[in-house]
Amino acid sequence: MPFPPRLRDKIQEIADDHETRLSALIPVLREVQNEFGWLSNESMEEVAEALDIPPSSVQNVASFYTMFFTEPVGTHVMWLCRTLSCALRGAEGLEHHLCRRLGVKTGETTADGKITLLEAECLASCGTAPAMLVDDTLYENLTETEVDRIVDKIKRSG
Amino acid sequence: MPEQRIIRNYVDRHNSYTIESYLSSGGYSALRKALGIAPAEITDMVKKSGLRGRGGAGFPAGIKWNFIPPDSKKPVYLCCNADESEPGSFKDREILERDPHQMIEGIIIACYAIRSHKAYIYIRGEMPYGAKRIQQAIDEAYEHGYLGENILLSGFDLDMKLYIGAGAYICGEETGLLESIEGKKGEPRPKPPFPAQIGLFGCPTIVNNVETLACVPHIINNGADWFASIGTPRNTGTKIFGLSGHVNNPGLYELPLGINLLELIEEYGGGIPGGRKIKAVSPGGSSSAVFSADELDIAMDFDTVAAAGSMLGTAGVTVMDETVSMIKVAQNLAHFYRDESCGQCVQCREGTWWLEKILREIDEGKGAIEHLDIILDACSQMRGTTICALADGCAMPIESIVRKFRDEFEEHIKRGHS
Ligand code: FES
Repeated sequence: MPFPPRLRDKIQEIADDHETRLSALIPVLREVQNEFGWLSNESMEEVAEALDIPPSSVQNVASFYTMFFTEPVGTHVMWLCRTLSCALRGAEGLEHHLCRRLGVKTGETTADGKITLLEAECLASCGTAPAMLVDDTLYENLTETEVDRIVDKIKRSG
Repeated sequence: MPEQRIIRNYVDRHNSYTIESYLSSGGYSALRKALGIAPAEITDMVKKSGLRGRGGAGFPAGIKWNFIPPDSKKPVYLCCNADESEPGSFKDREILERDPHQMIEGIIIACYAIRSHKAYIYIRGEMPYGAKRIQQAIDEAYEHGYLGENILLSGFDLDMKLYIGAGAYICGEETGLLESIEGKKGEPRPKPPFPAQIGLFGCPTIVNNVETLACVPHIINNGADWFASIGTPRNTGTKIFGLSGHVNNPGLYELPLGINLLELIEEYGGGIPGGRKIKAVSPGGSSSAVFSADELDIAMDFDTVAAAGSMLGTAGVTVMDETVSMIKVAQNLAHFYRDESCGQCVQCREGTWWLEKILREIDEGKGAIEHLDIILDACSQMRGTTICALADGCAMPIESIVRKFRDEFEEHIKRGHS
């Protein structure tokens, strides 16, 4: 599916705003992912063409950074921190709880396609652990009740 | 004793992140003052203040700035490292979200000192809220004439750009960060050359941490001697300590460098929940060697902690109480480094993978006593043998855990086999 003209313009704008075309790549990939939810092979090829850089550069970068998805994900992505300070304050229990509640294993997407559950490494919220990033929102001092509330809100919102 | 707040002075204020709030507490007066002083003098002031990098290495900031060739024909860049992702560290996020202008003012002054006209702030992708605040602050600074052309009619020009990462711990390593801004995988570069010679886009570049840069306006306003009078002679100023894990009051505490670690945990952190005992403490982010309970009566400054075989690092202190399994802690850390290794160096790529695997086996009761020496051996082979410090960051805590808690490992291994 070719990019809509609005996205093409946006990519051009980002490219013009950077010192080299390659240095526009990460911001451009973020824009494309915002549009489609993930980065398909076709999207990556189109990015390579738009920035006039080798397709392999795009593939390499997309697969290196954990926040770029080269497979489809749910409408919402939950990044639950698993690192030490969160683990010391119950992250593992929360992960089990979330898996049960969502009916998925970590790394999977709910049957309705709404939520993907992923493990994050330290979210710089260790003082308010356990922490979880859901799309653009950081949740801190999590409990099972709080996690349920977040899941309910997403399920309702569509 | 209350904190000694310099950087954190206004973070609790309503709308603390806006330029109005910043200006109302004297914000950007340091910039005005700095622009009336020669660039080399600014660097000298920072040198005299003793300010050491707050990102982990503790390298003197003024000396670093001096590495920029004064007659560079190429443009000079400054990159603010806001990729805070060292486990146990959460100090920069507060500055980014609650008092970003302080850091931005520091960046502008630093750029003036090193004659840079282009600054980047590299923020990790997992901080969308911080990124929003920073972008807003940059926009405000442009509107008020603190960025752009002819800043405050001084003739000094500076552009500032926010660059948002996409999830990779290794981009906190300064050359990994530069690679990332250039649009590549965040694979650290072999050094030398150092960024001050060949950095971003092949040009001289300084990379400084958020907290380091946030100190700069205060040094300009109050003088190098004032800053140097706080802390200890070779470890000057306040430091933002992060307390997490098993303490009653986790959070950030700004205190002079050299504060006693036990005092930090007991007095500021409110001790351990349930009156339990401390088992271990990671003093400076997950890459630092852990202290056991009898090593905590120590001054938290760069040199003292290093002399005790660990490092102050980011001063993110993680406390573990007596209920914790040190085998699980080691495994948790190994998982992190395995996950975050960029894979360039064999010792790191395979060492982290292998350490995680063997620690998991031990945890699951499938370990053997010989494994402990094999772990120590692997750790020593990972140290000082790779392009960047990630492998060291994995080896140091794991080695210290196996050495200091060997009895626990042995007991667990024996039990697993009985
Ligand atoms: S360990 Fe989870 S936020 Fe730092």
